[in-house]
Amino acid sequence: MLLSIKDLHAGINGKEILKGVNLEVNKGEVHAIMGPNGTGKSTLASVIAGRDVFEVTSGDVSYQGKNLLKMSVEERAREGIFLGFQYPVEIPGVSITNFMRTAVNELRKHRGLDPLPGGDFIRLMEEKKKLVEITSNLTNRSVNEGFSGGEKKKNEIFQMAMLEPLLAILDETDSGLDIDALRIVANGVNRLRRPDNAFVVITHYQRLLDYIVPDFVHVLFEGRIVKSGGKELALELEEKGYDWIKNEQD
Amino acid sequence: MESDANHILDQVTQGEYKYGFVTDIETELAPRGLSEETIRYISAKKNEPEFLLDFRLKAFSHWLTLKQPTWAHLKIDPIDFQDIIYYAAPKKKKDLESLDQVDPELLATFNKLGISLEEQKKLAGVAVDAVIDSVSVKTTFSDTLAKHGIIFCSFSEAVQKHPELVKQYMGSVVPYTDNYFAALNSAVFSDGSFCYIPKGVRCPVELSTYFRINAANTGQFERTMIVADEGAYVSYMEGCTAPQRDENQLHAAIVEIVAMKDAEVKYSTVQNWYPGDKNGKGGIYNFVTKRGICKGSNSKISWTQVETGSAITWKYPSCILLGDHSVGEFYSVAVTNNHQQADTGTKMMHLGRNTRSTIISKGISAGKSNNSYRGLVRISKNAVNSRNYSQCDSLLLGEHCGAHTFPYIQVDNKSSVVEHEATTSKISEDQLFYCQQRGIDTEQAIGLIVNGYAREVLKKLPMEFAVEAQKLLAISLEGSVG
Repeated sequence: MLLSIKDLHAGINGKEILKGVNLEVNKGEVHAIMGPNGTGKSTLASVIAGRDVFEVTSGDVSYQGKNLLKMSVEERAREGIFLGFQYPVEIPGVSITNFMRTAVNELRKHRGLDPLPGGDFIRLMEEKKKLVEITSNLTNRSVNEGFSGGEKKKNEIFQMAMLEPLLAILDETDSGLDIDALRIVANGVNRLRRPDNAFVVITHYQRLLDYIVPDFVHVLFEGRIVKSGGKELALELEEKGYDWIKNEQD
Repeated sequence: MESDANHILDQVTQGEYKYGFVTDIETELAPRGLSEETIRYISAKKNEPEFLLDFRLKAFSHWLTLKQPTWAHLKIDPIDFQDIIYYAAPKKKKDLESLDQVDPELLATFNKLGISLEEQKKLAGVAVDAVIDSVSVKTTFSDTLAKHGIIFCSFSEAVQKHPELVKQYMGSVVPYTDNYFAALNSAVFSDGSFCYIPKGVRCPVELSTYFRINAANTGQFERTMIVADEGAYVSYMEGCTAPQRDENQLHAAIVEIVAMKDAEVKYSTVQNWYPGDKNGKGGIYNFVTKRGICKGSNSKISWTQVETGSAITWKYPSCILLGDHSVGEFYSVAVTNNHQQADTGTKMMHLGRNTRSTIISKGISAGKSNNSYRGLVRISKNAVNSRNYSQCDSLLLGEHCGAHTFPYIQVDNKSSVVEHEATTSKISEDQLFYCQQRGIDTEQAIGLIVNGYAREVLKKLPMEFAVEAQKLLAISLEGSVG
């Protein structure tokens, strides 16, 4: 098992947001987490990534058999956890190339490898750029600075391709994307699917799941996963709306 | 969470100086203290012509009438000018013909700093005039330069070989009456570099000098003079590091640049002198007067500086834009950490018509430091159709540091345009988390973000300097996290 979350409670500023989340993710699987706004989807992603503004009050999270909650943010990243951000932040003056080179070499150092020589790095980058159909010189620009919504999300997928994570969590990657960008982002993900990695795709809408076909769909509601099923659950949700879940809970 | 972030920033920004070591080279010292005798001693040691001794003595008697300025946003402990040794030279055994003859201790020092003369000589195409304490030890590439008629030597050598040039230009841009520290330097300056590019010559290599303060309790007073004759071009690099010491070391340099018609001078500095320890003990006092004059039309002077060292920095590389259509530029990154204080900026004096100036200043403050930008843009009545653009940004790391901006603008005609922009920002929690999520630790993330912030200035540096400067920015903010 890659990731196992047991009865996770977490919150911010004393306010509990996750109220007992259970989730198991195996290698080779794609999980979709759906749910209305404000039910804790992004909080769950942040807690897995280790953002310290969120406080874990109880529960266990193990990743590859290790206690994830004891690991620093960068350790988790180097051990293969990737978070595709909903709102990627701008870092003025730092080119994507430079940013990725630092990240890739940190990863290599963690694995006991020498830094990637410049030429090899450029070749790797060109290869991965094709994957997300980045044809422009986007990688020479500063990280996310002045990027359109689509460019920001493509950049997240590009970084994921560069870092080849074992567990990728995509936090509302589809939000703010037009249909072409959505297709490109989804194709990127599909090309990166392998038997030894896993994806957790967080989304508000069903439409992303037309492109990224999940093995499991979970509905997060008021801090708990209240319903799990196959890909057909997403369609059912689309049809009946979240009120269906609300009514069931009431 | 806020306090956690601060804690991390505090740790990261409390790095210790990495270049603290003392080289054991036999040193010849002047008697401690400042008097007419000291000045005569220095002048005699250097076998100077009469005019130079006169200049020194006039400067000294002027200095005696002055008081140390207090207008800067700096807290300066009183300086005991009688407790300073004004001249120290490595004892010379014989003249050096090749690098093999250079004191091995000295070469080792350079190697520790990553500036091996041999490597530079072979690889970089950089002519190096290395100044340890007060005497130039070695000049390379002099043959190549001589072929073009370029003079690049120590100031002392220029005094002996080209006294007419020294007499003509010395003090013409920074007169000894200019300010307290300029007067002091003019009285006691020991050595420095001299550079003359003849008419129409484009200097084929970057000229570079590494200054280094080394002997205990020795103030260093360099004097640098760069003259670019009509249509000439030169790029000059000055880099500094100093070993760790407890005593405050005084440093008061003068740099003068003259650009004639159609000439261009690029002057780049990376300053990494000992900033003092985490508690503010020790460190260099850096009081520098740097000024260039665009004397002829269409001339250009460009200052680029990366200031990461010194306990106190007081420095305003300036341009007098006398020639019509002349251009002045100032690009600066100043980092202060722990208890460092910097009051730095520039003066752009527009005197000629259609003159242009650009000021880009990036201040970075961390720890308990104070970082001030002070700039003057003055456009005279006759400088019609002139333009200035100034951008002053401050980046704060942590809660206990200060950033200040003191822009002075004076425009005396109606056809000129002056623009000033200023911002203050912090490294955001979101930026740090984003980097960490990609496997980059806090320390490296800060290095990346800070380098990104300063990129506009760093890209103005010559290539070999840019790499060093980038490392330096990261190192000076480095600490115990990692």
